[in-house]
Amino acid sequence: MSSLLIRGGRVIDVSQRLDQVADVLVRDGRVVQIGRELGNVDQVIDASGCIVSAGFIDTHVGVRDPGYEEDETTASATAAALAGGFTTIAALPDTQPVVDNAAAAEYVVLQAKRAGNCRVHPLGAVTRGHAGVELADLGQLARSGALAFTDSQSPIASAEVMRRALEYARMFHRPIFVHPQDPTLTAAGVMHEGYFSTLLGLRGMPAAAEEIMVSRDIALAELTGGRIHLMSISTTGSVEQVRRAKQQGIAVTCDVTPHHLALSDAEMQGYDSRFKVRPPLRSSDHIASLIDGLADGTIDAISADHQPYASEKKDRELDQVPFGIVGLETLLPLCIKTLIEPGRLTWLQLLSKLTTGPAGILQLPQSGSLASGVPADITVIDPAVDWTIDPARFRSKSRNTPFANWSVRGQVRTVLINGEVRYRSEGS
Amino acid sequence: MPTLTTPSTPSAVWNRQHLLGLQGLSPVELRLILDRAAEFKQLHAAGHTKLDHLKGVTVGNLFFEASTRTKTSFGLAAKRLSADTVDFTASGSSLTKGETFIDTARNIEAMGVTQMVVRHSTSGAPHHLAKHLRAGIINAGDGTHEHPTQGLLDIFTIREHRGQIEGLTVALVGDILHSRVARSNIWGLTTLGAKVIVCGPATLIPPEIERLGVEVSHSLDDIVPRTDVINLLRIQAERQRSAFFPSIYEYAHFFGMNGARVQRARQDVLILAPGPINRGVELTPEVADGDRSVILDQVTNGLFIRMACLSLLHEARQC
Repeated sequence: MSSLLIRGGRVIDVSQRLDQVADVLVRDGRVVQIGRELGNVDQVIDASGCIVSAGFIDTHVGVRDPGYEEDETTASATAAALAGGFTTIAALPDTQPVVDNAAAAEYVVLQAKRAGNCRVHPLGAVTRGHAGVELADLGQLARSGALAFTDSQSPIASAEVMRRALEYARMFHRPIFVHPQDPTLTAAGVMHEGYFSTLLGLRGMPAAAEEIMVSRDIALAELTGGRIHLMSISTTGSVEQVRRAKQQGIAVTCDVTPHHLALSDAEMQGYDSRFKVRPPLRSSDHIASLIDGLADGTIDAISADHQPYASEKKDRELDQVPFGIVGLETLLPLCIKTLIEPGRLTWLQLLSKLTTGPAGILQLPQSGSLASGVPADITVIDPAVDWTIDPARFRSKSRNTPFANWSVRGQVRTVLINGEVRYRSEGS
Repeated sequence: MPTLTTPSTPSAVWNRQHLLGLQGLSPVELRLILDRAAEFKQLHAAGHTKLDHLKGVTVGNLFFEASTRTKTSFGLAAKRLSADTVDFTASGSSLTKGETFIDTARNIEAMGVTQMVVRHSTSGAPHHLAKHLRAGIINAGDGTHEHPTQGLLDIFTIREHRGQIEGLTVALVGDILHSRVARSNIWGLTTLGAKVIVCGPATLIPPEIERLGVEVSHSLDDIVPRTDVINLLRIQAERQRSAFFPSIYEYAHFFGMNGARVQRARQDVLILAPGPINRGVELTPEVADGDRSVILDQVTNGLFIRMACLSLLHEARQC
């Protein structure tokens, strides 16, 4: 029997509404108790001055393996996840081939085991090949470990297909994750439609393109009794619709990314492709609504929406560059900068968006918690350390971040999975 | 004969290495280009058709998107200043073999090209090159963003006929959404004190354009009597993803310049069109060839504007 004590940290566990300085006792890979004077142990981790939380969970990560290993591999994505404080990630199925069958889902699980970093759960495709036409093998995908179904960044244009998917997925108690975007209104778009798209002569993607799909999918969730999760919402109208739907008891959840909180469409003025992301960076009034939505609980989770792309793909003409920002390793300091430092969220609230919130969406009751008896997936944060974001030091294979050289505060110090240290920051 | 190698205007005020757009240029900088172009035009009229401002300099004309008049105009402007020129066009190039446009430009730069004239179908592409290359970049039209030398030659032509820009009302008519000419005209004209009206179907006016300091109108008939200059932008069929108006016939009915509309305009109205013009669509042949049209003046002046830009940028690099 091995035992470990994480001593003297500020323990914040949302699942128990706990926020106090205490020790966390771990034995045989599981959390045993939170308190003081917990007796003799084999190993001690000093967490004084640090925050001790359940490990973070990301509900949708672009792992790019198999098929796009020039961007990312399971090994590099999971190493990046650990460095960002994540102990569990769900892998997007937009690989080559698409994860639309049992064998492909099992490959995701196998690659994660080989990498030996954090936990990885597959997400299965909603439609075969992400083509939006025929349903993928949803039942077999669920049996092979898929926690939810999604066509990733590809919109499901047909309301009929979406309706059938929601009805069918309900049998397996799995939600459908959608990236809400009406493809007819976003065709050839590269940024948010508004003053700056006019100024720059760039094709815009209006907020309405997102809000139309949010509205449709909420209506279909209500019709079918299925469960919908909206990935990376970005507009005032989306937040308002989700708020109303939740009040009506419709099964809808949603998340936001840190980059949609930290950056606005004004950043496109340098025509820098690192700011090209989908949904696009919006104007400041939308950003304010997202922060309100996080504060009042309308928005359940924060996801990095990690989308790695090799430099040769991003260093091109703006309209030929893929959408996406690499985000696992910068999520925490950006959340601190945009939410904690301005006093918009408490630490308890922020950690709910990274632990219990995503655990609920993925239906992982054993994750995102420090309750006694759960596997000891734990993230220790030093909230005071100042550092500068240097993409050259990323564990991710890709460097497509607009946050290079940002001065930030707060860093992941230690990450444990099953009570075993899997990551330790340099200098700790 | 004037000393042709010494600029007559103090070069201290022009210190830009690139001309990427008219946004952000000061009135002084704009006038500097216009005055330099006027000087070249006078020299040309006096018989000085070959000058030596760019002797020993190699100018690259990189046209990643098709162009006839702009490319010819830049090529001729460089030759009039005694530069060597290399031309690059996208068709039949390494681009079709998969080379990126940055690598293509780097290769051309490696041949000793220090100034590049760049046309590209993507907005911001010249800005991207300016970050990656040491050569001076002149934007010869990027996507639906800016076309600074076209804006300058339009303004030059107006100033030549009206003496000054300040206080004039200029209407830009047509497809504002997809027009790089419109954006360059808006920046240049408003900076020099003109009032600008953009006029076109609601589907072709981009959102929040009022914030650029312009008035928006959807009725050509309403604005014709109160404008000094009407610039008829081309309907760019090749840029339109879907139907922005019901038919060419309906467009011409509401937004085409015809004889009847010229009758209702001010006596001294100037009719401009950046071309290539679609006769019978943006304007009727009687207007295009009529006495208020300065369309061919624009083409002539384009040469002097491009000579001015090439020479000023070259001098800025010498400092």
